[in-house]
Amino acid sequence: MADALVQQFADTIRAAADAKRPLRICGGGSKSFYGNPVTGEDLQVTAYRGIVSYEPTELVITARAGTPLAEIETAMRERGQMLGFEPPHFGGGATLGGCIAAGLSGPRRASAGSVRDFVLGVRLLDGRGTDLAFGGQVMKNVAGYDVSRLITGSLGTLGVILEVSLKALPLPPAELTLCREQSRSDAIATMNAWAGQPLPITGTCHVQKRLYVRLAGAASAVKAAANKIGGEEVGNAAEFWRNVRDQQDVFFSGVRPTWRISLQSTAAELDLSGPQLVEWGGALRWLKSDDDAMSVREAARKADGHATLFRRGATDINAFHPLPEAMMRLHRRVKQAMDPVGILNPGRMYSEW
Amino acid sequence: MNAPVHAIPVDYERQRAVCAALRAFMPEHSVLFEREDVTPYECDGLTAYRQVPMVVALPDNEEQVCAILEVCHALQVPVVARGAGTGLSGGALPMGNGVLLSLSKLMKIIAIDKESRTARVQPGVRNLAISEAAAPFGLYYAPDPSSQIACSIGGNVAENSGGVHCLKYGLTVHNILKLRVATIEGDIIELGGGGLDAAGYDLLALMTGSEGLLGVVTEITVKLLPRPESAQVVLAAFDDVGAAGQAVANVIAAGIIPAGMEMMDQAATLAVEPFVNAGYPTDAAGILLVESDGTHEEVADEIRRIEDIMTQSGAHIVRSSQDESERLKLWAGRKAAFPAVGRLSPDYYCMDGTIPRKRLAEVLRGIAAMEKKYDLRCANVFHAGDGNLHPLILYDANDADQLKRAEDFGAEILKLCVDVGGTITGEHGVGVEKIDSMCMQFKSAELEIFHALKHAFDEPGLLNPGKAVPTLHRCAEFGRMHVHAGTEKFPDIPRF
Repeated sequence: MADALVQQFADTIRAAADAKRPLRICGGGSKSFYGNPVTGEDLQVTAYRGIVSYEPTELVITARAGTPLAEIETAMRERGQMLGFEPPHFGGGATLGGCIAAGLSGPRRASAGSVRDFVLGVRLLDGRGTDLAFGGQVMKNVAGYDVSRLITGSLGTLGVILEVSLKALPLPPAELTLCREQSRSDAIATMNAWAGQPLPITGTCHVQKRLYVRLAGAASAVKAAANKIGGEEVGNAAEFWRNVRDQQDVFFSGVRPTWRISLQSTAAELDLSGPQLVEWGGALRWLKSDDDAMSVREAARKADGHATLFRRGATDINAFHPLPEAMMRLHRRVKQAMDPVGILNPGRMYSEW
Repeated sequence: MNAPVHAIPVDYERQRAVCAALRAFMPEHSVLFEREDVTPYECDGLTAYRQVPMVVALPDNEEQVCAILEVCHALQVPVVARGAGTGLSGGALPMGNGVLLSLSKLMKIIAIDKESRTARVQPGVRNLAISEAAAPFGLYYAPDPSSQIACSIGGNVAENSGGVHCLKYGLTVHNILKLRVATIEGDIIELGGGGLDAAGYDLLALMTGSEGLLGVVTEITVKLLPRPESAQVVLAAFDDVGAAGQAVANVIAAGIIPAGMEMMDQAATLAVEPFVNAGYPTDAAGILLVESDGTHEEVADEIRRIEDIMTQSGAHIVRSSQDESERLKLWAGRKAAFPAVGRLSPDYYCMDGTIPRKRLAEVLRGIAAMEKKYDLRCANVFHAGDGNLHPLILYDANDADQLKRAEDFGAEILKLCVDVGGTITGEHGVGVEKIDSMCMQFKSAELEIFHALKHAFDEPGLLNPGKAVPTLHRCAEFGRMHVHAGTEKFPDIPRF
């Protein structure tokens, strides 16, 4: 059954490559808003699903691309583990394949690492329909180029992801969220100061003049850190972080475009209009703004960062920060190496390919 | 040495042309070509493979690196980049018709930013020098490969180096934010950025561990971490290595990610103890060292739990370090394992496979059977937390039959690692040493993708050609590493 599906995907890709007909790779559709629109024949991969193997004592889980993230997280929670990068779901239906292809991480990213940090191996079909495997199911592996991490965040433009192996992390025994009133610029300074100390912080968020910090680890360590940091305890903390992760917080409502600005954590206040939500110890700033794309991108560039038009509204502006010419050339060549005919999600990342 | 050296006659005309082109922008003393000047660069930490380079170029800055690459591109001369030369897989083995590009003079720590917890460094900076420079701010650079007192950060990026603490703190790829890279055309590209991600493909990850085949790293921005408040290590001794392996699984199952978790078998402790007096029980079949670090509360809590797990898993000795000097002493034995084993035998051959941990007992039994089959001894040290196994095969290279048996022994171990779902190299890299074993690990379609990616970065194929990825028709036999006792480079550097 699984083999037949892979065969069917491969046949579809080969036929599309022969006919030079673009394919639009579809998972659960929870992140279809992300990136630039793609015109092409749908290649629906959600039927290729299921956990292939899960070895809690090896800290490795392998699952097929169509597996719902929720199913994976439930299986891991039952064994006292989790996905360390706290992937966003953005409503229901998010799949593992989409999670890897989008490469987005949640509030725990600044402390635990990003999606790609947890990817150990990937099996995929390239733009010729060839079945390929890179990396593996072990923690340390330096054989060959790190193609599985290259695939992460490539938005389906380099291959159709079939299976992924991820490193698992134990659930922390205790968790506590504290909150204080603080201005945004003070909060950014506080977040950076905390990050320079050995504190068990696994999430920070500043929104509407309040700074939230999540502590996690051994109960004694959480308690000691809470005493050190101070602030009032937040009651419905799990819901708060889930809402930040999935952009259900009221901050994200409204019709204005949502910008995702990833920059140096210490970058000063951005001279841009509209409300901001700060995460990742200051290294991620969400902006609801009608400012023009040039100004937003220039502000990000000045802080050695980049700005993504995350939720676009009605605009045809490229979602992703423009690349320097030499980098764009290199990207095109990398794309050609994996998808020579250019049929996989063309234009999803950059309109040129 | 124990491997034949294929001397390539120097093409003097080409050598003159390359030197002349380089001297147009470099001082005379930075372009070496006389035999006695270039011979020190003939090998890296894998001394079995040697080749004198045609020219050695020692740039002072990034502009010169770019200009050298531009010259090599124009003259179609292959380039091999070299950091400190401590690599164990021959990744920096020069070419007789090529330029050896030594980054050793690019050793400036450009900036340490306490607020953003980052360091901007040149590639020739030693790994440990970064942590030393960051120490006054209470910060350090986490990846700590065993050769950290000598190895360079540029080489760490090229190999994606790990270390004893990588289960908890990750490899090089997890701890760098930005690279400046010179392409074969002599252009500079920036990968990554000041934030935690960058626009476009994750070329930072692709570049890390690419063994100098895609570009030459000229500047690295690394992430610095706050120094843990406290660290403590538990020593546990077992009558059976299978039980020790189970104890490791039990620690993970209890939801603990130790800062380090190392195993040594009896052959290894017997070699180490008289050498270091670390206090290891030499009558045990295997010992574990399990370290916890973090806040005082975390460490106290975790050490107590680890001790309980060790006892419940059947350890007959469980002991925790009571102070920093005892902790360092317990680690000293582990760090001295390679040289200690090297004292037992004229030569040893170090393997670097990674396996799923649950297959450990089976793999060790397999290796024990191979000891009988090949009539050679083997000591095993193991990064137990992440499954990275270093079997050390003892042999005498002056005995041709022993050499042959050691090679076959090693090949069979690597094959066993792949067969149980593991990999041929966990951290030492492929280089020239394991290039043939790549054929076991990957199908030809996957190797073709590697070649296509190489072509995307380096169209003329001039950057470190012939390393890391075998040509399809080469896939025939296995390569390996030999270390001759006392004659290896940097014999005083701990290897683990």
